[in-house]
Amino acid sequence: MTASLLEVDDLHVRFSVSGGGLLGSGRRMLHAVNGISFKLAKGECLSIVGESGCGKSTTALAILGLQEPTEGTIRYRGQPLTGTGAPGRMQRAKAVQMVFQDPYASLNPRQTVRASLAAPLRLHGITAASEIADRIEVMLGNVGLTPEQALRYPHEFSGGQRQRIGIARALILEPEIVVLDEPVSALDVSIRAQIINLLLDLQEKLGLAYLMISHDLSVVEHMSDRVLVMFFGQVVEEGGWRDIFEKPAHPYTRRLIAAIPDPYAEQNPLRQQDRLPGVPPLDGRGFASDCSTAPDVFSAPARSELVEIALGHRVRLVPAD
Amino acid sequence: MTVPLLDIRELCLGLAVGRSVVRPLLKDVSFQIMPGEAYGLVGESGSGKSVTSLAVMGLLKKPLAVSGGEILFKGENLLALPKRAMRRLRGNRIAMIFQEPMTALNPLSTIGRQIAEMFVLHQGKNWDEAQELAVEALMSVRVPNPDRRARNYPHQMSGGLRQRVMIAMALACNPDLLIADEPTTALDVTVQAEVLRLIKELCAERGTAVLFISHDLGVIASICQRVGVMYAGCLVEENETRALFTDPRHEYTRGLLGALPRFGSRSQHGRQRLVDIDSIIADRSKLVETRFIAPRCAEEGSRS
Repeated sequence: MTASLLEVDDLHVRFSVSGGGLLGSGRRMLHAVNGISFKLAKGECLSIVGESGCGKSTTALAILGLQEPTEGTIRYRGQPLTGTGAPGRMQRAKAVQMVFQDPYASLNPRQTVRASLAAPLRLHGITAASEIADRIEVMLGNVGLTPEQALRYPHEFSGGQRQRIGIARALILEPEIVVLDEPVSALDVSIRAQIINLLLDLQEKLGLAYLMISHDLSVVEHMSDRVLVMFFGQVVEEGGWRDIFEKPAHPYTRRLIAAIPDPYAEQNPLRQQDRLPGVPPLDGRGFASDCSTAPDVFSAPARSELVEIALGHRVRLVPAD
Repeated sequence: MTVPLLDIRELCLGLAVGRSVVRPLLKDVSFQIMPGEAYGLVGESGSGKSVTSLAVMGLLKKPLAVSGGEILFKGENLLALPKRAMRRLRGNRIAMIFQEPMTALNPLSTIGRQIAEMFVLHQGKNWDEAQELAVEALMSVRVPNPDRRARNYPHQMSGGLRQRVMIAMALACNPDLLIADEPTTALDVTVQAEVLRLIKELCAERGTAVLFISHDLGVIASICQRVGVMYAGCLVEENETRALFTDPRHEYTRGLLGALPRFGSRSQHGRQRLVDIDSIIADRSKLVETRFIAPRCAEEGSRS
């Protein structure tokens, strides 16, 4: 059993939103994340998939420390990242970093690439000019840019190059975990392929663990080791990539897979709903929901539990009475 | 031999200063769409697929200008048509749906009224009749509770519903040609699948031809009978959809298909490295000189 790098246990995030009441003055609690638990091992790529509003980004923000969880714990190498005794942002920054969907929006337009990459190093006590220069050069080489390009500003780069800079910025402090939030969905097909290849190369070379947030199941299938399928704040199915894509059990997972626009669907047995392997015996338990309608996000979800149907493959079911 | 509904012949357009084109954006683009046929244009950003559709709609704005070629719609050259005649055609015989319905809908007017406007402007109906037709149009795109929804404003609807409204509006006058420019790019996958199915079914029912523009090869494949691949302002390959995906002839098309993570391929063949188009194509500028346009199939004339 390899020790987990990151352990998320029963994470809840609720937001107080206005609405309801006669004058819209009442406050209601919106349940964005409802009891998510998972472990991330070193060097592993775990993907969270789901549609808008399912809570995948909120989960990522909680791990980055940008969103305080309402309940639950997040541990990094056994140390809690939440509650009292949690480390500050500085220590957290060395453990977890993020690559954003739109690199243009996340890079400072008035700083050269060099300045953007040097700032986190200085903040973390690396002040010798030669060491900074060396580390920047190595990092730029890692992401496929030349040292001369470090003197340019973000607007001078193409979309693909900017995403490379975004990756370099995330990796400059040598974190063990990188959160990838839709890392390629804003990119053209040819650039997307280059960035996916780069991310896989870096993962292997640097032993990175990725937590990827995505709605693009083709990319998820290509990159992931394990997959969590989320629907309205809950995990409805989780498992290794083969479990999820070859033997999907939950109706929602099946529907997501059926919805992938795929030019080769006709030749691909996994794409034909009726030819998907049958759902394994569930011992008389039923699915908590087939997720065809949106649940009430303002009330706690109905009682259900994740049941292991094969080693490491778990599905949300209503418990047998 | 059927006459093509839309026949684009050697269309050239570009950025113009005064009368001279300083930067060409489309070079000799030619393709035809038959009545009732769904034709896809696929390409990356800047390949020229969207300006092609704007040229058909007569919506090019300065400094974009057509510098050569013809756009024949039912045999009539749209480029030579006076503005008034073009306005009568637009929305009526040729309709368009866009990527972001929120920017195409008027936020200050109910969607019922916005659909009704189509019937008033193009079919001379009075507002009362038009309102009823609008509710029917909403029903035809399977919007639940069409009566109530007709009184909604755009912000009260989800992205998928708004796109359905756009489709209802575009198909209101039973156009001959529907131009869809990335209509599902902003939607979630399951909603995207529903909207695509809707466009496909409605257009097949009514015999509406579709010019479908997307960067997503999967989306194109699920809706179009024939596909044209655009690159750097040129149509580099055109073929029947299935043939294009199983037997791509042009170097760029092959690169594009190889760059796509192909769903299910990891299960069958293990993880394959994605093709980096830049590394297999040494000289991109030479690329567009070669083209592959498949001859139209033999039974073309007997297509029902």
